[in-house]
Amino acid sequence: MAISKEEYAVLVKQTAPPSPLGTDCLKAFLCGGGICALAQLGLALLQTAGLDEDTGKTVVMIALIVLTAVLTALGLFDKLAKHAGAGTAVPITGFANAVVSPALEAKREGFVLGTAAQMFSIAGPVLVFGCGSAALYGLVYFLLKKAGA
Amino acid sequence: MASRIGTRTIRLDRPPRVIAHAGLAGKKESEGPLQSVFDRTFADTTFGEKGWEKAEQTLLRMTLGCALQKAKLPPSALDLICAGDLENQCTASSFAFEDSGAPFCGLYGACSTMALALAVAALAVETGTCRLAAAATGSHFCTAERQFRKPLEYGGQRTPTAQWTVTGAGAAILAANGDETDPKITAVQFGTITDLGITDGANMGAAMAPAAARTIADFLRDTNTKPGDYDLILTGDLGFIGSELLLELLRREDIDLTAVHNDCGKMIFDRERQDVHAGGSGCGCSASVLCSHIFDEIRRGRYRKVLFVATGALLSATSALQGETIPGIAHAVLLERGETEERA
Repeated sequence: MAISKEEYAVLVKQTAPPSPLGTDCLKAFLCGGGICALAQLGLALLQTAGLDEDTGKTVVMIALIVLTAVLTALGLFDKLAKHAGAGTAVPITGFANAVVSPALEAKREGFVLGTAAQMFSIAGPVLVFGCGSAALYGLVYFLLKKAGA
Repeated sequence: MASRIGTRTIRLDRPPRVIAHAGLAGKKESEGPLQSVFDRTFADTTFGEKGWEKAEQTLLRMTLGCALQKAKLPPSALDLICAGDLENQCTASSFAFEDSGAPFCGLYGACSTMALALAVAALAVETGTCRLAAAATGSHFCTAERQFRKPLEYGGQRTPTAQWTVTGAGAAILAANGDETDPKITAVQFGTITDLGITDGANMGAAMAPAAARTIADFLRDTNTKPGDYDLILTGDLGFIGSELLLELLRREDIDLTAVHNDCGKMIFDRERQDVHAGGSGCGCSASVLCSHIFDEIRRGRYRKVLFVATGALLSATSALQGETIPGIAHAVLLERGETEERA
């Protein structure tokens, strides 16, 4: 080919339409905000019903996870996420979907080597870095406390 | 006997004929602009099977079965089946034709498989080593998503350059002799792997366009022809962005393809209405369009000379994760209306 890789990269960039950043951000803001507002409303209702704040938060989180799992299984979550983007990916809904979707998909490969093995194929890194950073934070906190006290 | 012309092209001096062909498609394809041209379409893309992999096998088997039925032949009459697909180890094809009783040649050319299979089958028939040979390939949206991307129900966003894998398949039966209206395969070219450094797996059109440009330029030079000599130069699944890049790459080599070019990935879906971003892709994209619409139009005489150039992106999920660039390939098959005597 007469064209160099660098020239072609420029040509491809010119030809490829960019993602609609403004619309994407607005949709993500509205959907993400909507999910958070819904959770807050749920918490307020639970507290009115007599639950303490900590228990209420746990119940709300479980409810969001269950709701996501049901919507994922019904094939509706990806249709919402297509528009919401980070709006559904950042709240706990994104994590729940990342666990449920590969688990469902791997059903044909069996319960142990399919569903169970594939369940964390997407969400695995989140757990690794989440647990890893928590351990690191704990160690630093422990050492600081020992030195300071 | 087949002979090499120029540097890359093989002329078939006793051109095999496509005596029967079939193109089958799934639900989304049946709602697109080509809905009326497919031999059969299916609202249920599981094709009655329990899993997507089994569904793809069934689709492939039904497609070859449909072509064989038109030719009034049993599968065992075939001297060779040339077939491939996108699944790891080409299992859709080998499982689909397990019970055919015919010799099987499994091929991997990614989305270029239809042209690759046609070229191999045509050579087998032309050399007289096979009386009847079949070329078949297909793809399924759900198996391709599983293998190359994310789980189907995963909530992610597709970029504007992403293409939609076609659920569809095509099969053609080739014989040394046939009717006047049966399309003839008069030349083939196995493509050269071309890689201009694209790493974005969501922009396959850009990864494959340089390979298509190279094959088309080589073919025109070898045969001493120009775009105007063809009724149609049809690429496989470059989609909207890849097609634009192809035209620009060839323009830089003083070849203007604008008037005769089309792409199966552009034809099969309605870009706006069906939300497919940059168009269709997958082995089944060019296979289902060629083996229904294009062959039919050649039979009707609307097209007399069609250069079919199916394109493939030769990546794997592993190579993509390891940051490798995406090599492209494009194989060419020259199709002419039966009674046309002029050669490329």
